[in-house]
Amino acid sequence: MRSLHVLAPGLLTTVQDRGRSGWRHLGVAHAGALDAGAARIANRLVGNDGDAAVLEITLRGPTLRLEAPARIALIGAPCAPRLDGESVPHGRPVELPAGTLEIGALRGGARAWLAIDGGIDLPPVLGSRSTDLRGGFGGLDGRALRAGDMLPLAPGAARPVDGPTAPAWWIDPAHDAHLPIRYRASAHPAASALARRGWTVSASSNRQGLRLQGDALPSPGGDGVSEPVAPGTIQLPADGCPIVLLADAQTVGGYAKLGHVIAADLPRLAQCVPGQPLHFAPVDAATAHRLACAARARIARIGVMIDARLPAV
Amino acid sequence: MSPHLACDIEALADDAWLLRFGDRIDPELNAAVHAMAARLRALDPPWLRDVVPAFASLGVFFNAAVDPAFVHAELIALMDDSTALAALAADPSRANGRQVEIPVLYGGDHGQDLASSATELGLTPDELIERHTAGDYTVAMIGFAPGFPYLSGLDPALALPRLATPRARVAAGSVAIGGAQTGIYPRESPGGWRLLGRTPWVLFDPRRKPPARLQPGDRVRFRAIDAGEFARIAAQADAHL
Repeated sequence: MRSLHVLAPGLLTTVQDRGRSGWRHLGVAHAGALDAGAARIANRLVGNDGDAAVLEITLRGPTLRLEAPARIALIGAPCAPRLDGESVPHGRPVELPAGTLEIGALRGGARAWLAIDGGIDLPPVLGSRSTDLRGGFGGLDGRALRAGDMLPLAPGAARPVDGPTAPAWWIDPAHDAHLPIRYRASAHPAASALARRGWTVSASSNRQGLRLQGDALPSPGGDGVSEPVAPGTIQLPADGCPIVLLADAQTVGGYAKLGHVIAADLPRLAQCVPGQPLHFAPVDAATAHRLACAARARIARIGVMIDARLPAV
Repeated sequence: MSPHLACDIEALADDAWLLRFGDRIDPELNAAVHAMAARLRALDPPWLRDVVPAFASLGVFFNAAVDPAFVHAELIALMDDSTALAALAADPSRANGRQVEIPVLYGGDHGQDLASSATELGLTPDELIERHTAGDYTVAMIGFAPGFPYLSGLDPALALPRLATPRARVAAGSVAIGGAQTGIYPRESPGGWRLLGRTPWVLFDPRRKPPARLQPGDRVRFRAIDAGEFARIAAQADAHL
């Protein structure tokens, strides 16, 4: 039985896959990797099915003991991992011998996804291995990793090597970090004002929602009648500071809605660090759809290129 | 739709539409929501991912690879063809909601707010139990936490404001009143509703099939039980886990 031993858990490391569909009517959140495309690419790099379970790393990564050789891939915010002191590149598939893998701090972003060949082999709950932190189920007992945890791995494609071995190519990140976060505006009177003010990311943000700080928007206050919400929903609580819901969004909410962040830009919210400035720009439905298709096409293209190169790794 | 039931469609996400029947808590609107949800589930189009009924609106999540405009057109067609829907909304009992009777041990350690709530309402604790068990409730919506049912149909005379300071820990199965609603905490959590009693049922267990004892649209009654029956049912529930 292959396994990963957690020596240090990092700041918030959770097991995630593509998330849960079909249970929202029971109040079950979608969960899943905050950047599903990045998790998918990481999986493909190590020869896994794109939906295999990976580790989502937040700001500071875990230290893991590999009992046997493993092929890993880190996609997301850059970092400088080491295996027993030897440098391990990110953004590409790396063959590792057994040893201690220290991910370290992420730089220039908030999250990265670590795929290990075979995938993390925990039992699916309601059709997914994703951790539901609020529901307390899925992943590893519905919680973030702790020191002493053991993660089972399914059989994979790793080859025995003497030290970290990686190809010279890597996956480039998407080049849209300089753009504003694009959103579909609701009919709420403050919906367009969201784009006219600058915001900063609050330190109290988490996988459920990205909290923004800035010039408060006029808010009628008081809860409305609860209605469905989704990852991307921009809520306006009584204090006038918007919250953008993310993958762990509750299923219903009573706050006013300013609209929703488009699907193509949700992965960018996963990289927001506390204190980071954020700007918004409204777009129409056709643009949202076009950008979503382009984002999916990019992931598919990368998948094809990985398949073409992997045998040569 | 029937003349008095209009419905707007709004974007909820790039992969979800929101059908808005109104913006108030109203049994007829909620019945229309559950009727539409049942209709969609029965049709089960290939693009459908999630159907989320709320008090007066319905979230419809679809496969993100499908053009939202196509799903929008399908939803419009579905609502235009809704004579059956109007009939369902007029007679919610046909909207495939099941009748569920939930056993509750009222008062004592399990219902710490029963006595004070009764006093506040000018009732004896027994009268409050009687009024609470006499109600016909509907699971208007499940939300807040997995399996947490928002029950509509509370006798307006039993409405009670939430506690000024929420409790840090409310036991799983606690049956409570919050504002004009009554509900059941599916798992231990913080909460500010008034605790009347507790059911030995495990309302939600993600490892059980089906995971939830209650579905949106179910009709619910409470039945008062004694400590002996509570223990018996709880032992059976444990055996299922």
